[in-house]
This record gives sequence, C-alpha cells and structure tokens, in this order.
Amino acid sequence: MTDKLIPDLEMNFQLYDVLHADKLCEHSKFEEHNKDTFSATLATAEKIATDLFLPHNHIADKNEPTFDGHKVTMIPEVQVAYNAFCEAGFIAGRYSFEDGGMQLPEVIMTAASAYFMAANPSTTSYPFLTSAAANVICHFASPALKQQFMPRMLTGEFTGTMALTEPHAGSSLADITTSAVKQADGSYRVKGSKIYISGGDHELSRNIVHLVLAKIPGGQPGVKGISLFVVPKYRLDENGDAGDRNDVQLAGLLHKLGYRGTTSTALTFGENDDCHGYLVGEEHHGLRYMFMMMNEARIGVGFGAAMIGYRGYQYSLEFARDRTQGRHADHSEPSKPAPIVLHGDVKRMLLAQKSYAEGGMALCMYGSHLIDRVNTCDDTEEKHALKEMLDLLTPVFKAWPSEFGPKANDLGIQVLGGSGYTREYYSEQFWRDNRLNPIHEGTNGIQALDLSFRKLWQKESLGLKILKREVEHDLSQVVTPKTGAMAKELVHYLTALHEIIVHVSGTIKSEKQVTLLANAQALMNVFAQIVVSWIWIRQASVAEQKLIAGNATEKEANFYKGKIQAAQYFISWELPTIDRDLKILKQDNDVCSDMDPDWF
Amino acid sequence: MKILVPVKRAVDYNVKVRVKPDNSGVDLNNVKMAINPFCEIAIEEAIRLKEKGVATEVVVVSIGDKACQEQIRTGLALGADRGIHIETNTGVVVDSLQVAKLLQKVVEAEKPDLVILGKQAIDSDNNQTGQMLAALTGMPQGTFASEVVVADGSVNVTREIDGGLQTVKLQLPAVVTTDLRLNEPRYASLPNIMKAKRKPIDVKPVADFGVDMTSKVTVIKVEAPAQRVGGVKVADVAELVQKLKNEAKVIA
Ligand SMILES: Cc1cc2nc3c(=O)[nH]c(=O)nc-3n(C[C@H](O)[C@H](O)[C@H](O)COP(=O)(O)OP(=O)(O)OC[C@H]3O[C@@H](n4cnc5c(N)ncnc54)[C@H](O)[C@@H]3O)c2cc1C
Ligand SMILES: Cc1cc2nc3c(=O)[nH]c(=O)nc-3n(C[C@H](O)[C@H](O)[C@H](O)COP(=O)(O)OP(=O)(O)OC[C@H]3O[C@@H](n4cnc5c(N)ncnc54)[C@H](O)[C@@H]3O)c2cc1C
Repeated sequence: MTDKLIPDLEMNFQLYDVLHADKLCEHSKFEEHNKDTFSATLATAEKIATDLFLPHNHIADKNEPTFDGHKVTMIPEVQVAYNAFCEAGFIAGRYSFEDGGMQLPEVIMTAASAYFMAANPSTTSYPFLTSAAANVICHFASPALKQQFMPRMLTGEFTGTMALTEPHAGSSLADITTSAVKQADGSYRVKGSKIYISGGDHELSRNIVHLVLAKIPGGQPGVKGISLFVVPKYRLDENGDAGDRNDVQLAGLLHKLGYRGTTSTALTFGENDDCHGYLVGEEHHGLRYMFMMMNEARIGVGFGAAMIGYRGYQYSLEFARDRTQGRHADHSEPSKPAPIVLHGDVKRMLLAQKSYAEGGMALCMYGSHLIDRVNTCDDTEEKHALKEMLDLLTPVFKAWPSEFGPKANDLGIQVLGGSGYTREYYSEQFWRDNRLNPIHEGTNGIQALDLSFRKLWQKESLGLKILKREVEHDLSQVVTPKTGAMAKELVHYLTALHEIIVHVSGTIKSEKQVTLLANAQALMNVFAQIVVSWIWIRQASVAEQKLIAGNATEKEANFYKGKIQAAQYFISWELPTIDRDLKILKQDNDVCSDMDPDWF
Repeated sequence: MKILVPVKRAVDYNVKVRVKPDNSGVDLNNVKMAINPFCEIAIEEAIRLKEKGVATEVVVVSIGDKACQEQIRTGLALGADRGIHIETNTGVVVDSLQVAKLLQKVVEAEKPDLVILGKQAIDSDNNQTGQMLAALTGMPQGTFASEVVVADGSVNVTREIDGGLQTVKLQLPAVVTTDLRLNEPRYASLPNIMKAKRKPIDVKPVADFGVDMTSKVTVIKVEAPAQRVGGVKVADVAELVQKLKNEAKVIA
C-alpha cells in the first residue's frame, strides 16, 4: 500500500509534527496561507511528479539529449513535464504576491520539490535552475532589468542558468577570465568560455537567461573583481520577447555519469565579439550576490541528494519484500524460502538507507524552515543570530546528504544483489544520478574547508552558540525513555565536540594549521554526524510521544516505531564512527598533510 | 447556464488497496484519498464549458463526512465557483440510490441546466448514480460521454458503446456521465489554490434533505482477486493459434 513517491505520513510528520510549519501562517508574511493551501500545493506537486516526471526518468537516462551542431534534441516527455510544472505556478511559488508568486514558505517549496526530485531529478533541473536564477535577479538586479527578465522566467517562458565555472576555474572562481567591457549604451560585451553549465542550451523555452560571472577590465584581481551579468540567448525585442540571436554559442554537450537528462554544456560567449550582457547590481559585487543566494541553493542540493536516496531506499525495500532467498532464521517454514527483508543483514542495509535518506530529508527541511524563521523573525537581534546559525549549518545541509545519499543508493544496489548491478533495475541510475551531488554547488571538500576555517568562527562563533541553544532546548524536551537514552549518548558527544572545537581553534592559529587543511573532512564528519543525530532525536522524540499517547492506528504506530528504530540505528551505528575523526583532530594528525606528491 | 458536478472522495488510483482480514471491505486506514478520476473528468468538462463561455457557473457537490471538503476544495481549485457539502456522520455508508436521491434534492434547489457526473467511482465501480438521478428527475441522460457539445438548448453527447460511437441529442436540462477519453483533466495550479480559499462551501447536514438513508444494499463479502498466474511464451503463430483453438477454445 505504498504511495508512489513519498507517503503522506512521512511528509505530514516532517512538516507538521516535527517542524510545526503551519505556525508560520501566524506571521503576516504567510497569513494568506493555512494547512489547506499547503496540502493542496503538495497534492498538485505529487500529482504532476507522479504523472509526468516519474514515467520518463529512466527513458531520459537511456536517451540523452543530442546536439547536431545547430539544435539540441531531447525526448518530448521533458517538455510536457516542464510545461505542467510551470503552468501549475511552481517556479513562482516562493515569490511574493507582488512579483506574481504565491508567497509560499521556503519549507513548503522544499517539501513540494521532494516529489519532483524523487521522481526525476534531471527534468526537475530545468525549472529549478530557472527559479534559482530568477531569485538572484529578483534580489539584486535593477528594477528595469528585473522587469525585463523576471516575469517571463517565473512563468517558465524563459529558463535560467548559472554560468560560473570555466575550464580552468571550478573551485577557484577567483581565477575566471571571462571578461565584460562596458559600452556607451550601458550594456557590456561579454567574452569567454564556460563549462558544465546545466541547462545551458535546449529548446524547452523561448529564451535562456544565463547569469554569467565575468571580470570588468581594470577591476581588482581575485574575487573582488568579479561582476554578474544577465546574458540572454536571444536579445529582447521591442515587446520584451525573444528577438535576435545573441552571440552565445553551444560548443558542445558533455556526457555524464548520471543526471543524463539535463544538458551539461560548454558555452562560448562573444566568439564574434557581439555578446550583449547586462550588469546585475553593481560592478565587482557579482560573487557576493551569488553567494547570498547560496543558502537556498545548497539546501536544495542536499535535499535533492536525500530524496534520490529516499527513492532508492523505497525501491530496494519493495524489492526486499518480494524477493525470497534463504530460509527464515527462526526455522519456521523450513521448506519455504523467506523474503530477504527478514534477513538481519538486509534489515541492516535498509535501516542504514532509511537513516541516511530520512535523516537528510529532515535535516534539509529543518534548514529551509530555518530560512523561514529568519525571514519571519521580527526581533533584529534574534534574526541576526538565526541567520548566523543558518550560515554555519549550510555546509552541513549541502555536504552531509550529498555524501550519505549516494551511500544509501550504494546500499540500495547491494540489497538487490545481482539485479542491482544490471540496468534492467533502477538502483544503479539512482546511484549515478546522486553521485553528482558531492561535486557541484561547491565540492564537499570545499564545504569542509568552509566549515573548518570560516563558519565555525565567524561573528565570534555566534552561529555555534545559537545551535547549542537549539540543541539543548530540544534535548530538554525529551521526556520518553528510548529517546532519552539516545539523548544521553548525544550529550556525551556534544561534550567531545566542544572540546575538539576548543582544540582546533588552537590548531588554526598554530603552525599545525596545515594539518587542518587535510583533516577538515574529519571535522566536518564530527560536526555533521552530531547535527544529524540531533535531527534524528527530534524525530524520535515526537514519534515516541505519539506512540505512548496510544491513539495511533496500526499503520501510524508502525511508522512511529520505524522512526524510533532508525534513530536508534543512527545513534548506535553511525554516531560512534566519529571517534576516529575526533582522534585524528586531537592528534593534529599529519599523515595526509605530510604526504609528498612524489611519494605517490 | 449552470452546471452541477457531483464529486466523490475515493481511494487514490495509485494505492494498492488491501482487503480487511474479516472480508468486510478494503482497509482505508491512513490510505491516500482523492477525487474519483471520472469525477475529475466531469469537473474538467464543466470548467471547459465555462471557459468557452457556454456555462456561467460550475457548482461541485459532495456527500460524505467532513473529509470530503478536501475534494470540494480541489474542485474549486480546478476552477469551479462554489461548493455544496452534504455532511454525513463519519463511517456512514451511502449507496448509489441514496446519493441519487440527495442529488435529486440538490437539482430541485439549484436547477442546473446540466449535471455532469463520472460514469462510475473507482472504489465501488457501480456505474449507476447518473442513470438513477436521470430517472428520479426525469431528465434525459447521455452516459459514457467522450464528447459533449452544447448548442441551442440541447446537448449532443457522443457515447462510447461496444460497436463504436453513438451521438445522442438531449434537451436541457440533462444528465451526462463521463468516460475516460472525454478530456484530460488539468492540475490545480498554485494561484487557483489560493483563489479557491475564498470560494464558498455551503455545508448542509444530510438530515435536512429528508431522504431515507437506510442502505438497501448489504455487503456479504469482499475478496481480493485471484493472483494472476504467469503466462507462457509460444514459439510461433502456429502454436498460438493451436492454443487459442484447443486450450482456450476462443476460436473455432
Ligand atoms: C553535472 C554537473 C553540473 C554542473 N552544473 C554547473 C552549472 O550549472 N553552473 C556552473 O557554473 N557550474 C556547474 N558545474 C560545475 C561544478 O560547480 C564544478 O565541477 C565544481 O565547482 C568543481 O569544480 P571543478 O570541476 O573544476 O573541480 P576542481 O575545482 O578542479 O576540483 C577538483 C578536486 O580538487 C579539490 N579542490 C579544488 N580546490 C581545492 C582547494 N583549494 N582545497 C582543497 N581541495 C580543492 C575539489 O574539492 C575536488 O575534489 C557542474 C558540474 C557538474 C559535474
Ligand atoms: C555482473 C555479474 C556477473 C555474474 N557472473 C556470474 C557467473 O558467471 N556465474 C554465476 O553462477 N553467477 C554469476 N553472477 C550471479 C552472482 O553470483 C549473484 O548475483 C550473487 O550471488 C547474488 O545473488 P542474487 O543476485 O540472486 O541476490 P540475492 O541472493 O537475492 O541477494 C539479494 C540480497 O539479499 C541478501 N541475502 C540473500 N540471502 C541472504 C541470507 N540468507 N541472509 C542474509 N542476507 C541474504 C544478499 O546479501 C543481497 O544483499 C553474476 C552476477 C553479476 C551481477
């Protein structure tokens, strides 16, 4: 009796029992909404995702887009799905009523995205990129520029891209060489090459609006000399519609491990010195603008990774219920093979997947709800504090699910045995698709550095202080025995975390700093596993209370028991793995940092 | 022109239902519910008629406990103008005949020019409410519609019948029941979900209608269909023909 993508029990538990998202409607920003409008929004998302996104996920993987030198071609199902997504108003969902949006909370938009990401991440990329690009334009472009591009992006007539990466500059955006030269009319002429640009070309929309990072000659070197431009594929005509072709060329499509339905493009700007670009905001502030929209984007990547993990978990669970192999461990029915879901080792693999996928889902929904809390906080000081915690947690929102989502998918393959290794089953595609997530939107390596060298310390560690406050508050609310035992375990590690942060703050200021460059992943691991343990305890606490209240139906009771069991799995199997990392950090272990390239 | 569209809250078509252990019915606990797909087609047709300027008002009506207001809201978010909820107590079983009699009262009060219903609901699969309503109200009926054209006080309904298509012309007011191919229903868009919030739902207790609600139908037993057994692969056409002749005995 499974719903196709995400059971309502799960979604409602996360949104209302754990996060109390309906309370957001008490704030004037969301007063037009109530639980009914949220539910109806999610119902439409689920329906479109199930009817139009899910059925072609595998077909699109097998039939990548092609480029004949003139035009990109892809399977027609993508267009149908894209149109339905746009017509339902999802691109505009988070925007204000004045901007033609629905002013929905971030957490509801994230919840809606769950269905699309679980169903078909490749096709979902096109509208998501458009929404993200429009978000930057909305916040930082001049009213005139905004008026020209944003309305058509919010309806999906125009799509958007983020064009940051260059062949020689991925993690180091400071080194980009694309240039933009100001013209008499105030516009710029853009010249350079970009690579890996998702959705950089296709025929899904009438125009493609590239947000391009480029340098204006004469500016400062490094990140302070980077500006942001709107560069459309077609310049606008007098009606504001797609007019003459701009000088942006598709040099070619890249062929990827996964996410094959999304075009990954190498783009050439200004090959004929006639690429028109329009400055967003002020000169030299481009990277800052991009990064100010990064929290949402990074939560989006983490959440997507969790949802692909979730889909793989559900898929392998269904398989495990059907597949029989071996005998019942209790020797009942010795003549009949048992469904593998009964085998201890298979249960272990399923529990691990559940704890990673639902852990990542709860983590990122906490994150998007935190954005709503920041946005609706009327106390300046508290708003600032919450914002600091959001900044601190953002590398975790991005990196943890994108590491553990693919791990879940790996276990999903394992549960299927030989079937999991064949392309007749979907498990291998889930893994391939998800394998992107540790790489883009700032590699997980870069996230670990961001956490270890910046986020933990900025604003005198205010973010950390607020996080501590939140965790302690939640732990003080734990009143049930099983969750209580888990909380005790976590308290032990919170002390360890405190000690290691004190230690690392010394390392950073000493000559041993280089060891931390190599051991940042260990610190990320310690921090993130503790954060996710807390996230699991929040879920277990609610579930156990509901169970004890005693009015749950059988199906609900099973759901709550599953939550408690997964939390226990996480606390007993995953959390203690950080002992190794704590040791490495405490030692300022120099094995990796001392390694000489010549020794490899 | 006013169109009345009755909608039924039914199990979502994606749900694989399970028969209760005591064979008294299917287990609906925590099961996803939705508008019956044929009713959705009925709403869509009514809204299209409104968009074409043929209809001026679309009213959705549903019978059931409080929960079915969710389906009325969905109808409003799809574009209907207002809703009527005939409220029953939770757990009350309402058979087709009671539904038809309640709808008869609604028709008398609302005087719609057209009532568009789903041909059947995917839970009970009875395929009779529309026909009963037509009989009770004396309105002409066009069932299994795959095309509906309204013109000059009448409606042409193209029906899917065994031999192909049949078109009947009905004087308005009339009853139409929808088949699967009549249209493809739209999705409730976010802006329309917001608009639906402000549209009225008139809630009326079932007792107000003076309809005898005692069921005339007794469910004796509900059983899951027999498990399908695997098929066989045949080597060639000749073997297929031989099997159809001798084993299945479907061709002579
Ligand atoms: C499918 C896909 C879609 C993408 N979509 C887009 C898009 O739409 N727009 C866009 O602009 N870009 C996009 N990208 C590019 C993506 O953001 C980059 O691939 C990513 O930032 C990494 O850059 P890189 O590939 O050049 O790797 P590099 O930066 O060369 O990194 C290689 C390795 O070195 C490590 N490394 C690099 N620098 C350091 C350092 N200073 N310290 C420690 N370790 C370091 C990295 O962590 C990584 O493991 C996409 C990439 C892919 C694969
Ligand atoms: C590329 C490839 C090449 C192969 N080549 C050959 C070949 O040349 N010759 C050949 O004979 N076979 C071959 N195989 C088959 C391979 O050996 C089997 O796939 C493997 O033994 C697993 O069996 P299975 O696929 O039926 O999975 P299953 O046995 O159904 O296992 C599914 C899952 O259940 C678990 N499980 C099953 N039983 C139990 C139990 N009692 N307790 C706990 N957990 C259990 C498994 O660990 C697995 O995670 C090949 C498979 C592949 C994918």
